[in-house]
Amino acid sequence: MSAPLLDISGLSAISTRENARVLRDVDLVVAEGEVHGLVGESGAGKSTIAKAVLDMLPRTIRVTGGRIVFRGRDLASLDRASLRALVAREIALIPQDPMTGLNPTRRIEAQLTDGMRLVAGMSRGEARERALALLEEVRIADPARTLAAYPHELSGGMRQRVLIAAAFALEPKLVVADEPTTALDVTVQKQILRLIRGMQERHGTGVIFVTHDLGVVAKICDRVTLLYQGKVVEAGTAREMIETPRHAYTRALLAASPRYDRPEHGCDPVPGSVVAGLEAEIARHDEGRAP
Amino acid sequence: MTMLVEARGLEVAYGAGRSLLGGVRPGVRVLHGIDMAIGAGEIVGIVGESGSGKTTLGRALIGLVPASEGSVRFDGTDLASLSDEALRRLRRRMQMIFQDPMSSLNPRHTIRRILVEPILLHGLEPDRAGAERRVRRVLERVGLPAFVLDRNPHELSGGQRQRVGIARAVVLEPDFVLADEVVSGLDVSTQAQVLDLLFSLSREMGLAIGFISHDLSVIRAFCDRVVVMRAGRIVEEGACEGVFAAPREAYTRMLMDAIPLPEIDPGWLAREPEDA
Ligand SMILES: Nc1ncnc2c1ncn2[C@@H]1O[C@H](COP(=O)(O)OP(=O)(O)OP(=O)(O)O)[C@@H](O)[C@H]1O
Ligand SMILES: Nc1ncnc2c1ncn2[C@@H]1O[C@H](COP(=O)(O)OP(=O)(O)OP(=O)(O)O)[C@@H](O)[C@H]1O
Ligand SMILES: [Mg+2]
Ligand SMILES: [Mg+2]
Repeated sequence: MSAPLLDISGLSAISTRENARVLRDVDLVVAEGEVHGLVGESGAGKSTIAKAVLDMLPRTIRVTGGRIVFRGRDLASLDRASLRALVAREIALIPQDPMTGLNPTRRIEAQLTDGMRLVAGMSRGEARERALALLEEVRIADPARTLAAYPHELSGGMRQRVLIAAAFALEPKLVVADEPTTALDVTVQKQILRLIRGMQERHGTGVIFVTHDLGVVAKICDRVTLLYQGKVVEAGTAREMIETPRHAYTRALLAASPRYDRPEHGCDPVPGSVVAGLEAEIARHDEGRAP
Repeated sequence: MTMLVEARGLEVAYGAGRSLLGGVRPGVRVLHGIDMAIGAGEIVGIVGESGSGKTTLGRALIGLVPASEGSVRFDGTDLASLSDEALRRLRRRMQMIFQDPMSSLNPRHTIRRILVEPILLHGLEPDRAGAERRVRRVLERVGLPAFVLDRNPHELSGGQRQRVGIARAVVLEPDFVLADEVVSGLDVSTQAQVLDLLFSLSREMGLAIGFISHDLSVIRAFCDRVVVMRAGRIVEEGACEGVFAAPREAYTRMLMDAIPLPEIDPGWLAREPEDA
């Protein structure tokens, strides 16, 4: 088997605000052409992993151990400029909060074509053509109007799709998608999932897909990693996680998922006994380790 | 049931007004003749495709954007008839929880300041200590630890930020909350906790809720009624039971067909929904 696209091992991090652990020895491997689901409760550390891969961690989060190896290169071994260049060219982020990914004072056209011109060396005209085509691919109804708009003139789902288009613009090797479809209606979501599948089949793009929607996991992910308080609780193929989950927490999450076809099903919190078990695992992990 | 919030023939246009040369700019009309009402204690789901006008409708219902035609009444009063000052005082009673929490929380303020100040501003508590006690009770109900109080919005996870937005709205004890995609970024367990909070406020205190969501499974479990929007119009509405069991519109059916259920189904992605 060839080397994986992304190999994260033993990644640990703390929040310097209250010296609390944010990631606990996380291992996560993404093969070329794989869609890898990253699931876990709010605050579990999903976005922190995403930001670590893109070297975008805030100053108040500090990595305390572990390695991130991308296409055979340890990211920590690169100098700042090479790392920046590598990330700009080969790794793209779809951020969780669309407004933080967009500059409110610039039109969409400028924001979408910056990378194409500066990184890929396209002319203004070429970049505009490509931007229009990308917006069509993400099912934006009026691409020309959207290019001329400022972010606040778009709906939430349109902003999210602009960022998805931007992420795929340079045909990156790895896309880190942080809840990319939360603001999209299900028909557009399905279209985006297809787009991601298509990219992955045509270009061998690997994807980290952060989501809390186990339905999305079942439909698009090859493998899945489930986190609880920054620790990997279960990892495996999507089929294993959905059909034969091993951990009580995975089973509880499946049971808690609301389903339109079974109105009496779901919408319950994870039972206290399961949470207690998870807390005990976390305590065992932390024992004897400096934060 | 007496209606708390009522829209009649509501139209909203963005960018309308007089141009510099005195001509009339019609703007872009986004809502076309919406009739809709929400009673006290009622939870009404609002679904529809991206860009169909859900957020705009929500903003109009609480007076954040003016109606260009038609009217919005809150507790019997036409919002257009109110002075800015009167509207500001009414604001406590109608709160919006925004789709994009980052854009509605001041990045330079701590969560404490974001949550405590509106309570003092509206005179719900006489002093800071009282306001903070009130804030801590709500934080617990949305599942946030007290340490978030000392942080700024960007130092929280996405779902934590979303819950700050929810806490800020409900801590003011409003009569009506317009919740715009507030649980779509939350894991199922936290989601259940937040829905439970909103549900008990609705049943115990008579809180009326407009609940925008693309998650039809959540709408079915949580809402009394649902309206389906498309291109600025309501195309279907009714009790959740009826709409979900037998949707009348092909469009509603298409939305249901596109929901990914947590079941492995390799053919699902390629399958075309029946065209609406
Ligand atoms: N800038 C920051 N400084 C300090 N701590 C932070 C910062 N950003 C996030 N955290 C904390 O790190 C932990 C992990 O946050 P992260 O954003 O990775 O969670 P997440 O799994 O993405 O959650 P969500 O599903 O809510 O987005 C949380 O407890 C959060 O409060
Ligand atoms: N401030 C604005 N100026 C001009 N046009 C706007 C503005 N805000 C929204 N629009 C337009 O109004 C239409 C409806 O937007 P709205 O945000 O209400 O949709 P939505 O149903 O909430 O969509 P989503 O599910 O994507 O959030 C869109 O075409 C959008 O581009
Ligand atoms: Mg996150
Ligand atoms: Mg919206």
